[in-house]
This record gives sequence, structure tokens and C-alpha cells, in this order.
Amino acid sequence: MTEQKKAAETPATGHGESVLMPPVDVIEDASGITLYADLPGVPKDKVSIQVEANTLTVEGDITLDVPEEMVSSHAEVALPRFRRIFTLSKELDGEKVTADFNQGVLKLRIPKAAHAQPRKIEIRMN
Amino acid sequence: MIYRTLFPRDIFSELDRLQRDMQQAFEFSPSIRGLARGGFPGLNVGQTAKSVEVYAFVPGLDPADIDIQLEKGVLTIAGERQASMPAKNDEATVHIDERFSGRFRRVVALPDDINPDAVDARYRDGVLHISIQRREAAQPRRITIQ
Repeated sequence: MTEQKKAAETPATGHGESVLMPPVDVIEDASGITLYADLPGVPKDKVSIQVEANTLTVEGDITLDVPEEMVSSHAEVALPRFRRIFTLSKELDGEKVTADFNQGVLKLRIPKAAHAQPRKIEIRMN
Repeated sequence: MIYRTLFPRDIFSELDRLQRDMQQAFEFSPSIRGLARGGFPGLNVGQTAKSVEVYAFVPGLDPADIDIQLEKGVLTIAGERQASMPAKNDEATVHIDERFSGRFRRVVALPDDINPDAVDARYRDGVLHISIQRREAAQPRRITIQ
């Protein structure tokens, strides 16, 4: 899995707006890849995960309950949207991605296709 | 990067400028309480006439593990976030490791007029929202002319 840096800056979806890049952890084991992404402030129904061809897009809209008359005096999270785009390599099965979302942390599991699973090859003795 | 002449006319003013550049490059935090940007958790602060609102972006924590203290007008948010990394003996490869893990602590100096007994903290969707009421006296009052 590689990341499309360019695509993250000018996303293919046509939105020209700037977005926040969520920090992620990507861990690979024998049967697939686990991706964790921090999306604080995003409610569950505002998280979007799309797999299209070999592209994985993770998006989320931040919703905070801000009092109407509040004047911001300091903002480190200054944009309302997270987005990050990854390219999946061939052996990953984009159809079987599973997702968990809990308190702002997204956990994605992308399994490897059956033919790409490691196999132990026996050596025959004659 | 702007290139400068190799033969400065005034070596001392050039050294001065170099020193200023270095200071700017290394001085991340203008605040005495240090580390403003890029720290964990991210903080947003806002004010209304009646309250001060603090938002700390701390995803994936149990609210019981977050320690909030308000002392002498200084708000401290501290806690620890567990790593999602696999155990060392697992046969796994870490490709990207960007998420924060470990102990964190952030401090916000609040205005003088806050009421330390009227603080409300909520944790939702990975954001800790702390709302601190201001004292009545500090709120603007209209004075009628008799």
C-alpha cells in the first residue's frame, strides 16, 4: 500500500478545498494490512471510506458543538475536514475491507487476496 | 530560499541577521508554556461573553484516563494513550507510524475572570470539550442614564 501524496493535495473528487491529513498507523502481517487513522471530532455517520479500483479514500467531517457567539482565539485544528488517499497494491482485497470506528479512531482491516497468502512449501525427500 | 551575496559588505550585520534567522527557525513557541503547534492533543480555544471553551482532540481514549485539573487559572489536560503497535515478536511490519502514543500533557492559561467552580467537561467522538463559565461581574453591563 502506498500513499498518493499528489492526490491528497488535489483530490480527484473535484473539491478544491484544503483538508487536514489525519495521522495514520499502517501495520502489515501475513494475512493483510491494518490501518488506524485519528479522526477526532468526526461522528460515526460522517466517516466515509471508499475503495475504487485500487484507491482507498478515507474522509471525515468534523462536527463540534460550538456556541453560536463563540470567538475563536486559538485553533490548531483549523479545517473542518479530514481526507487521505492510499493506493492499494494488487494482492490486497479491496472488496473485503472491514471498518471499526470508536471515539475518533478508525480501524480498517484490508485482507490479502487468497492467492497472495503465504504458503509453506514442503520439500520432498526422495 | 533566497541566495545572498557571498561577500557581505558588513560582516556584523550579516551575522546579526543569521542569528535572527536561527532564532526564528528554532523558536517554535512564543508562549512561556511551550509547544504550541504539532503537540498532542491538538487544542482549539474560544471565548464567549459568558464562557471560555476549550477543545482538546484526544481520539481513542477512555474518559476515565484523562486527567483535567484547574489550578490558579491554569487548565491542565494530561493522560496516556496506548500504542496500536504489534508486540515485538509478532510477524508484522510497521509501514507508517504517525499516531501519537505515550504520555501527554497540555496546559492552557485562562483569563482572570473565570469561575473555577463552574466547569463542565464532555468527551465525544474523540474530542474533549471543556466549558468554563466566567464570573457574572465580568460580563458587560449596560448602564442606563437617569
